[in-house]
Amino acid sequence: MRDIHKETVVNLALGLGLLLVPLWALWADQPFTITLATRIAILALAGVGLNLILGFGGMVSFGHAVFFGVGGYVAGILSQHATSGVPVLGLPGSNQMLVIWPVAMLVAGLLAAAIGALSLRTEGIFFIMITLAFAQMVYYFAISWPAYGGEDGLPLVLRNRFPGLNTMRPWHLFVVAWGVLMVVLGLMAALRASRFGAALMAIRQNPERAAAVGINPYGVKLVAFVISGMVTGLAGALMADLSRFASPAMMAWTMSGELIVIIILGGTGRLFGPLAGAAILVGFEVTFGGMTEHWKLWLGLVLLAVVLFARGGLIGALAGRARHG
Amino acid sequence: MNPLAELQGIEVFYGASQALFGVDLAVMPGQALALMGRNGVGKTTTIRTLCRLHPPYKGSVRFDGRDITTLPSFKAARLGIGLVPEGRRCFATLSVTENLIAAARPGEWTLARVQAFFPRLAERAGQQASTLSGGEQQMLAIGRALMTNPRLLVLDEATEGLAPVIRKEIWAAIAALKAQGLSILIVDKTLSELKPIADRCVILERGRSVWTGTPGEITPDIEKTWLGL
Repeated sequence: MRDIHKETVVNLALGLGLLLVPLWALWADQPFTITLATRIAILALAGVGLNLILGFGGMVSFGHAVFFGVGGYVAGILSQHATSGVPVLGLPGSNQMLVIWPVAMLVAGLLAAAIGALSLRTEGIFFIMITLAFAQMVYYFAISWPAYGGEDGLPLVLRNRFPGLNTMRPWHLFVVAWGVLMVVLGLMAALRASRFGAALMAIRQNPERAAAVGINPYGVKLVAFVISGMVTGLAGALMADLSRFASPAMMAWTMSGELIVIIILGGTGRLFGPLAGAAILVGFEVTFGGMTEHWKLWLGLVLLAVVLFARGGLIGALAGRARHG
Repeated sequence: MNPLAELQGIEVFYGASQALFGVDLAVMPGQALALMGRNGVGKTTTIRTLCRLHPPYKGSVRFDGRDITTLPSFKAARLGIGLVPEGRRCFATLSVTENLIAAARPGEWTLARVQAFFPRLAERAGQQASTLSGGEQQMLAIGRALMTNPRLLVLDEATEGLAPVIRKEIWAAIAALKAQGLSILIVDKTLSELKPIADRCVILERGRSVWTGTPGEITPDIEKTWLGL
């Protein structure tokens, strides 16, 4: 119980820290810091999506960037059609985040259902490879899709709008991203505490034993995969707004790898692990990226150290061992 | 009265090795059937076949009159076959409550009822399953099977390796479940503890069911020949 309590304290500190740093930056007139915090929140959100299947379900998807990219493209495409006034699939475009997010989640969810339905029939290295293969297929499709920028990507003229806020202001966009992250983390905590969450973790430990008590391993994993894809798709839509750009790079295999790195650095299967991991990744990028273009070498060394000596990641180092390791 | 669960002519292979050569057994509603035999005669394989965890090469598995020979194991569990596997095998890193709710199916056995039946599980609710004592893990394994709201409880060596006082507690729990009308298929080696609970016994020898009868019909000769007692 002591460790659970400690983890709750660490989680609260991380969540509040992510809010307080940009608040200070707002006061100190440091918009770049606010943008960095927004990037951390969005990458953390994408990681939260992947953490559901990787951390709690033990499914190593090496193609999760495809949902991130699809979310980004949905935001870009709807925004472009809203600007041009030309309908898309017979429907008008939109520059409202509250319209774009459900569409992004729906499209990412449908894609996840299709990919998951096939790839979850495999396990281990085959699952890793098949998810990568699907992601690469969509990546190359995006590259060869001239209507939406092809290899050059799709710029967003203006950020999409959120009621009552001016998303062109870094602080306002940060509030949106932080708010979404906290809501999703709350929902994820509830999901983990539910029968579904317990069943998912049970399947991770032993699918046969789980089936013997009436749990359908394939069905539970597929639902988790779809939810995971939807959350990562939502993060992609936000990232497109932050960078005002949706590009095939969002769904490249390197992005999938980055999401896995985020989870490992923060702590696999820890609720706030993706937030800690995203903060470390962006922190490294900013700190060492200015000194050398080979900053990822140093990140690699840190990753190596975490894998060898601190498998619980940053959360594990601060709060102790997880019960669901 | 039709059997609740029935195995007919079951033959099972592990690769090229044949483990079962023709097992027949039937569990009647509300009754307890003891599956007996020496080590390695195929008792666990028989149970795994009934629970659809291992496909038979030949023969049929029926539950409540329905042929479930090719049904996936999770569907067999949902029909009402609750397995308490050998060696407890709880989900080690999940808490006691998580172990229970993971298996929950709609019915009379709720979390509160299981915790009332095994108060120790309520006391240890937030504790990780791997940190429980052997007896507590056994209670958890039975509780988890009850959460599936089974019509047939299948217990594989439920008291193996437990201290005598805990064994007594587990046997009392099994007797109480039988008294509540639950059908039970039980594998155990302790004849003296099986006798008060079992209505019928099936003895396996080298992958075949070789004797069926009531516990009272087990003679010293049968014990010596097939049970090695």
